[in-house]
Formats: sequence, structure tokens, C-alpha cells
Amino acid sequence: MSLTRQDVEKVALLARLKFDEAELEKITKHMVQIVQYVDKLSELNTEDVEPMAHALDIQNALAEDESRPSLSRKEVLKNAPKHDEEYFLVPAVLGE
Amino acid sequence: MSDAPYEIVVGLEVHVQLKTNTKLFCRCSTKFGKPPNTQTCPVCLGMPGALPVMNKKAYFLGMKTALALHCGIPKFTKWDRKNYFYPDLPKGYQTSQFDLPMSEEGYLDIQSTKDEFEPRRVRIIRAHLEEDAGKSMHDEAAGKGDSRIDLNRTGTPLLEIVSYPDMRSAAEAKVYMQELRLLLTYLDVSDCNMQEGSLRCDANVNLHIPTDHGVIATPIVEIKNMNSFRSVERGIIYEARRQYDVWQETGKVLGELPKQTRGWDDSGQVTRAQREKEESADYRYFPCPDLVPVVVTDEQIEKVRSGIGELPAGLRQRLQSDFGLSTYTAEVIVNQGRALVDYFQELAEACGDHRLAGNWVQGEVLRILKDQEVSIDDFKLTPSQLAELLKLIQAGDLDSSKAKDVFTAMLESGKSAADIVEDLGIERVDEGALEDLCRMLIERNQRVVEDVKGGNEKAVGALIGQAKKENPNVNPGQVRQICLDIIQNM
Amino acid sequence: MSIIQKTATEQLALLRSGEITSVELTQAYLSRINQIEPAVGAFLRVESETALTQAAEVDRRREIGETLGKLAGVPVAIKDILCTKDTPTTCGSKMLQNFVPPYNATVVEKLRSADAVILGRTNMDEFAMGSSTENSAYHPTQNPWDTSRIPGGSSGGAAACISADMAPLSLGTDTGGSIRQPAALCGCVGLKPTYGRVSRYGLIAFASSLDQIGPLARTVEDTALLMEVLAGHDSLDSTSVDTPVPAYSKSVHQPLESLTLGVVNQHFGEGIDPEIEAAVKQAIATYTSLGATIKNIEMPHADYGIATYYIIAPCEASSNLARYDGAHHGYRADHAEVLAELAEDGSDEGPLVRMYRKTRSEGFGAEVQRRIMLGTYALSEGYYDAFYLKALKVRRLIRQDYDNAFGEVDLIIGPVTANPAFAKGEKTSDPMAMYLEDLYTVTANLAGVAGISLPCGFTESGLPIGLQLQAAPFQEEKLLRAAQMFQNATDFHTRRPELS
Repeated sequence: MSLTRQDVEKVALLARLKFDEAELEKITKHMVQIVQYVDKLSELNTEDVEPMAHALDIQNALAEDESRPSLSRKEVLKNAPKHDEEYFLVPAVLGE
Repeated sequence: MSDAPYEIVVGLEVHVQLKTNTKLFCRCSTKFGKPPNTQTCPVCLGMPGALPVMNKKAYFLGMKTALALHCGIPKFTKWDRKNYFYPDLPKGYQTSQFDLPMSEEGYLDIQSTKDEFEPRRVRIIRAHLEEDAGKSMHDEAAGKGDSRIDLNRTGTPLLEIVSYPDMRSAAEAKVYMQELRLLLTYLDVSDCNMQEGSLRCDANVNLHIPTDHGVIATPIVEIKNMNSFRSVERGIIYEARRQYDVWQETGKVLGELPKQTRGWDDSGQVTRAQREKEESADYRYFPCPDLVPVVVTDEQIEKVRSGIGELPAGLRQRLQSDFGLSTYTAEVIVNQGRALVDYFQELAEACGDHRLAGNWVQGEVLRILKDQEVSIDDFKLTPSQLAELLKLIQAGDLDSSKAKDVFTAMLESGKSAADIVEDLGIERVDEGALEDLCRMLIERNQRVVEDVKGGNEKAVGALIGQAKKENPNVNPGQVRQICLDIIQNM
Repeated sequence: MSIIQKTATEQLALLRSGEITSVELTQAYLSRINQIEPAVGAFLRVESETALTQAAEVDRRREIGETLGKLAGVPVAIKDILCTKDTPTTCGSKMLQNFVPPYNATVVEKLRSADAVILGRTNMDEFAMGSSTENSAYHPTQNPWDTSRIPGGSSGGAAACISADMAPLSLGTDTGGSIRQPAALCGCVGLKPTYGRVSRYGLIAFASSLDQIGPLARTVEDTALLMEVLAGHDSLDSTSVDTPVPAYSKSVHQPLESLTLGVVNQHFGEGIDPEIEAAVKQAIATYTSLGATIKNIEMPHADYGIATYYIIAPCEASSNLARYDGAHHGYRADHAEVLAELAEDGSDEGPLVRMYRKTRSEGFGAEVQRRIMLGTYALSEGYYDAFYLKALKVRRLIRQDYDNAFGEVDLIIGPVTANPAFAKGEKTSDPMAMYLEDLYTVTANLAGVAGISLPCGFTESGLPIGLQLQAAPFQEEKLLRAAQMFQNATDFHTRRPELS
């Protein structure tokens, strides 16, 4: 199981990152190295082991359906890279 | 439809916006129609550092709906992240449920009142909770400019109800949607407004085509953007025909093409391929580490189940079996919602004549509600007030046209039936007097007698008109019957 | 002895008695920072004005006899990963260079309620990813003991400022060792609480099931005090635990009558620096002399910690960092450049997708991009089972190792790192070498248990060596009490680097 450049390019698109030639070579090399290392886990038999997604065993963190004040629009748009009076603005999505 | 060279196979994915005060993972209000970006907070905006906390009410509304759809409720359910990039999705992932949803394996029974299909049990795969995305608006006229993003809606609780591909026609799909919507209004879990977007529907459609080599299936297409029951029906019909044409041209069958997504264009009445969605999405689902699982007990489930109340299917049955209503009348009343059913029941019990009550509710009462655009809650006559009128009709004191006059007057004046009858000078006509009147008219109208005896019963109508002139209080039906009897015996 | 060389506990007493004012104390630290910062670079931003304003306010309220909070008048430095209202919070990244949160992290609220004085924002590896603070997008931080060396990471700044007497208390975060490792390399105390002990609301997430905020200080006593302020349930954090907060600052002074310490056989294999091994073994001997029983224990899956961590953490990070896409907040690539690039490429990617890609490639540093790539890969179709799911299962095994260990011993004792502070640039071209820095620390995060690092010696060349104690979930009290026993019997924590 070895990571190819094509695999890395596919992952890059999924992750919305972009690499030039040199960077692609470097990141592929590093990923191969790391993936090889973490593959160490396949040494272990984990057939009857329950996965542990959380660090602790709590349940039912539920809140009452009571509203709290929202942020003002000014505060909301303050950090937006591009916006008008009312909306966030982003380059148009194709095919919409 | 049985003449068509193909069978349409439809599964529906319905998103229901739940009627909570606040969003699924934060306490921003969910009120519809607020100015853009005024109903958000660090959590639903996906700001760095913000964390979600689940809305208890949303969970229990979801459970109530799932139980009404006969779903099983697992005791353990968890939250997963569905990862993808889109401007209306500020966190870059949607919190949803993947492998352990909050409910599964239920059904909704549908039947056609227009004889368009045989009754069917549409099985439901699952109903799970997820958060809504925001709104992205693009101004076509402005060309390739920016899209405008409003995040008010982000985080609103949605219940996604996924059916098996059990439906076999566009009509079934439409009725499924209508029946589901009716159920949801009875449960009072959603505003169920397709125009406002609190009820949304995507259809998965393909065809089964019988050929000499057996039945083949076409590739599945998902249709989005159908914003009314009518577009659901039309969209599916159009898509089916389109798929058939494409199949005849290309011969591609299920499995040979990836699932395509198409949008329904209501103005053009066609489906169009959606470009951005073509790229095969790898959502990389994994358990959300910021949310903890929900665990429920049998007691909690039973408590919710016991609070559901009677639902449309059961009520339709009961109105027919316990109240003797016709299928049609029962359907009409139930379709109007629980409040009207309650009104009918009270009315029926108060006046004692169930069928009469049914006819009046389905007829006159509904007519007024529609004309005045009010709900039964705002209707001016209480069941007991209306029952008073119906009792007079039952007793024969009022014929149908006079009853309607009294009804109108009651609505306008707020007076009781008895008072109006007195005001209008309506009096019951004594049996003997009525017979005397009829005999007198018959004597006066020999030609009518000849016509009736000659086989034209309708000719007696002239006598009814004259009778009314003599005494406006006569019941036309009674006059007709008595005159015919007398003539018969002549 | 200068006021800044006193512990926070001592300073509080002086503030209460009126011998010093908070303004004087804060000013003393600001002067020290002025003097030393050019050599150390612990801060991304020193907030002198607001700090002095806060100090003056505390002094005023003290004067009129108002009841004040537990940290009243004492300066605290905060790792720039904790959202602070109306204050630029960069997370060490260009991506958030201009991000100004409209809200406070819960721990920041707690500090303010405790009447602490916030000195400034400490430097860190970008998005908490790193073990040397060299991944900060702004500037590196130097180890105060040898400025040609790194202070550790990702809370390098928080540790360096304690060690250089630029703050008596600081807040760091620990996902795979990011409090404990820099504390060890800088010769101060750093505590990673049990997962769920401290609210994560407002902590810019790296790996949500592993992140915890924790205190750094010169002494265990001060650490206990700060911990008492930070801990507690938060209804805004679903993963925060509702269990009472012990009076850490009081109980810390009660030595443990009986104490069994576990020494993990797997910890002393190949690869550990001999000086570190010697110092840790000496520390174990010290505990023996204090009456502790030492037991050898097995943690059979210890060697799989790094592999497990470097799957789970990047997976969670790849999702947590998806929100940094230039759309709603943070950095966005220049639109004209996006269009120009598209035209040049001849690509059929739309401007939106290209904006995302360019923004993230320019806004994130190499390490962050690397981890996002790893995480995206490990979660993707076809690889999820072999990587992510597998890692979650090994995580369970690691947790079981801890549960078994704590069935036999009270605390686990051992090294924090395999080597002392290394030279700048030494590991930057070898990601795996950098990852192995976390060898002894990641398992605590994976299991969710508590861990503390405290000074236990120095190398021949004068570099600090750290001792790690680990406790079962919610046993911070035991941890602090045992650590205090060690500091009562030693004076490593009193040594200071020579900085001009």
C-alpha cells in the first residue's frame, strides 16, 4: 500500500489545498513516510475491541429549548473577508 | 399508467424543519423571515472555538414523529460529521447521523381517493436529526458576481425521513408527501410549509423496463428543488420520460453510471443536471467528538408515544366506523386537521345525527372557513350553537334552503338559531294544513296532474313554486312528496 | 529578591496585605518583558495598556474593601489559542491574523471573574500543531536556558515566559503533550487535566477529543491555584464533566501517606537520553525516600501511542480546520490572483473552489497542511477502517492499559521526553522525528487521563529535565499532592536561567 502522487492530488482537492510540483513531491514523500509509520497498528489484533471515539463516557448533554440573544449583524460580519450591508459575499458557485 | 412501457420506481427523502424555539446545537431563535445574518452566534457561525450543545426538544420531537411513523427507537444514538465545503456550511461539515440514527424501519400507508393506485404501505428506512445549512443566493442577472450568504438558517433542526424506493408512480409520491405533511401537522412538530422551506423533498427515481431479456433498471437520478406537491408529481413524470428516452438512446443500466443529481426547473418544467454536485462526494463521515451520544429508556419512549394522540389514518377509520361518515366526508374532515375533527366530534355528539353533522362540517362550515380564510379556531359558531340549528333540521322544522338562511343570519348577528327562526318568522307548517294546501293547488293545476300522470314527475315542480308563494314556510321536499302521493292516488 | 521572582501564591499574600499593588506587580513584569522578550520571543502580543488598566481596577476595588477573586491582581499570560472578546486571537497562524472573536472562552471568563490581570498572548505552534513553536507563522520562541534551542511546543511561549520570569502564571493547551513537553524543556510545572475537567468552549480546536487547557507555573502550589480557577463544568461544552472541583490549592499541601508509583517498563527502552534516564531514576529514588512504594508495570500498547495519535489527531483536525476556507472569517486569498491563476492554469475549477484552495494553501503553514492531508486521507473512502477505525480501537487498548495500571498503582511516574531541548532547525525537515517528541505524552491524551510535568534535574550542559506523573481520571488532587511532595524535597524548580 503505497501512496501515489495521484492519490495525494485527490486528497488535496478533497481538502481544498493546492501544491505546486516541488511541494507535491515533498508532501507525497512525507505522507508515505508517516503512513508507513502509522501502519504499525496493523500489528495489533483488534477484532473484538470497541472503538473509542470519545475520551470519556458521558451521555445526554442536552439543553432546554430557550432562546438566547444572537450576535448583532455588525459583530457577525466584522470578521468576514468580504461582505455587504447584510450578507457574506463569496465567489459564485458554478451551476447555480 | 399501466400502458406505459416502464415502471417508475421512487424513493423520497424528506427534510422536515422541526418546530423548536431554538436551533439544534445553539440557542439562537429559529423564527422565520428575520433580516439576513441577525440570528446567528459563534456556534452556528462555526467560529473558532465554539462548541455545540444538543436541543432536548428537537430530539423528542424527532422521536414523536418517528414513533408516529411506526419506527423503532434505538436506545443509543450518536452524532456524526458529514464533511464537505460549501459557502452555506460555515463549519465545513454538517452535523448529522450516519450509522446509528435515532430511528429506523417504519412505514406510512397511502391510499388514493381518485383511484389512481392501489393502497400501499411505503416503508421508511430511517428518520434522523441533522442541522440545516444557510442560504446561498446568486443573482443570475448580475452575471458571474458574488453569491450572497445568509446564515440565519444554519443550525435549524431538521428531521430527515428516508423512504425505501417503494413507490411506483408520481401520484403515489405526491400522496405520500400530502399524507406525511398531514401527519406532521397532527403531531404539531413542524410548520410543514413547502414554500417557506420547512418541508423539503428530494426524489430518487429510476425505471424498471421489461425487455425480451428480462426487466432492466435504469441508473438512479436524484431530483432536487421541487418546491410544491405539484412539482413533485410533475418532476417525477418528466424525469421518468426523460430516463426512458435516454435509455432508448444509450442503453445504460443501473450500475453503469454514478448516481446523478438533477434540479427541477419549475418555470421550464424540466430537470437539469447540476454541475457542482457531479464530483463524487466523499463525505468522510466520522463520530463528532464535540457531541456525546443520547441514551433513552423504555419509559421515556412510552411517555412520548402516549402523548401522540390520534393520527389521520386512525381518525379516518373511526369517523367511518363510529360516526357512519362516508369515506369521502371522513377524508375531507380529517384533511383539515385535528381542530376540525374535534369540532365535528363535538357537533355530532351534541346534535345526535352524525351524518348530518358530517355533511354540514364538510359543506357549509368549510365553505365559510375557506371564503373568510379563517381556521376553525376562529369560526364564530361553537359546536353547541350549530347543533341547535341541526336539531331543528332534524325535527323537520327547517328545510335545507331555510336552514342555510338561518345559518348565515346566525353568523352575521351572533344570535341563536331559535332567535333567528323567530326573527325570520319561520314556522313549522302543520301536516294537515300542508295537505290541504296541496289539494288546493292540485285542483287549480289540472294540467300538471295530467303531466305527472303521463310520466313526467318533474312537472310537480310548478306546484312547489306556487306553494311557497302561498306560505313561505313550506318545506319544498314535503310539498313534492305530498303532491305526488295525492296525484298517484287520483 | 525581586517581586517577579516570588511565586504567585506569595504575590497574592503581598497584594492582600497591601505591601504591593497590582499595578506595581504588573509594571514589574512589563519591565521584565521589555528587557527579556527580544531574546526569548515568548509573546505574540503584550497587552500593557489593558493589563495596567485591569491592575488599576483591582487595586481600586481592593482599596474600597470589595470581595475579590482568587487571583486578584496577579498577572497571567494566555496562549493565543483562547478566544478573547474584542482581542485579536491568531492561534499562531496567518489564517487568523485579523480574527477578533466577539466572545470570550469560558476559561478567559473564569480568569476575569477571578480578577486576574491578563498580560498578553503567548506564542505557539500554528493551530497547536508542533513540538517546538517553530511552526508559529509569526516568529519562533527561544528556550530561556539556551536561546539557540527551542522551548518545546505547542505551548512554547507559555512555558518560556514562566521560565524567564515574564509571568507568574500562564495558560497552555495540551493535545499530545503541548503543555507537559514545553514545561519539561523549559524547567517549569505544567499540568494537563483529565479530559472534560476544564471547559473547551472558546478553545480553538485542533483535535476535539484530545484537547485540554491547563495551567503552567514555576511551582506546584501555583499550578494548583490556577487549576482551581480553571476547572469546572460548563453547559456550553457537551464534553465537560459535571463533577465538583476540589480545593486543589488547599489539599496540595497534604502529602500522601501511602503512595504507590508505577514505573512503566516500556518507557526505558532504547532511545531515551541517558541523562534524562538518570534524572528520572533519581527522582524515583527521591520518592522512595519519601516513603513511596515503587512498582514495575506493563503498558503493552505504549509503543503504539504515536501511531494512534497521529491518525486520530489529524483526522479530527482535518474536520475542525475545514471552517478556515476564506468564506466567513479569517484570511482570504486575493481575488484577482485567484482569477489570474485560473486563467493561467486553464483549469475548469470554479473561482469558489480555487479561492478555497488558494486561501488554505496560503493561510496555513506546512505542518498544518500536512496534518490536514493525513487526516483527510485517513478518513477517506477505503481507508477509514484501516486507519481511523483501527486507531480508535487501539485507543481503547491504551485506555485499558491505564485502567489496569491504576488498579495496581496510584500514579505512573516516568520521563516527559526522550531528549532535552534540541537545537533550532534540528527536526524541522523530518516530520516523524518531530512527532516522536511526543512519545511519552500522547497516551495520556488518548486515554483522557491527567498528567503533570515538573522539573527533576538538569543536563550537564544546563538544560532542564522534566518528570511526568500521570493519574487516573479526575485524580488531579492526588497528582498535585504527590508533585508537591517532590518539590518540598528538591529545589530544581527554584533554579533560573541566566538571561541578561
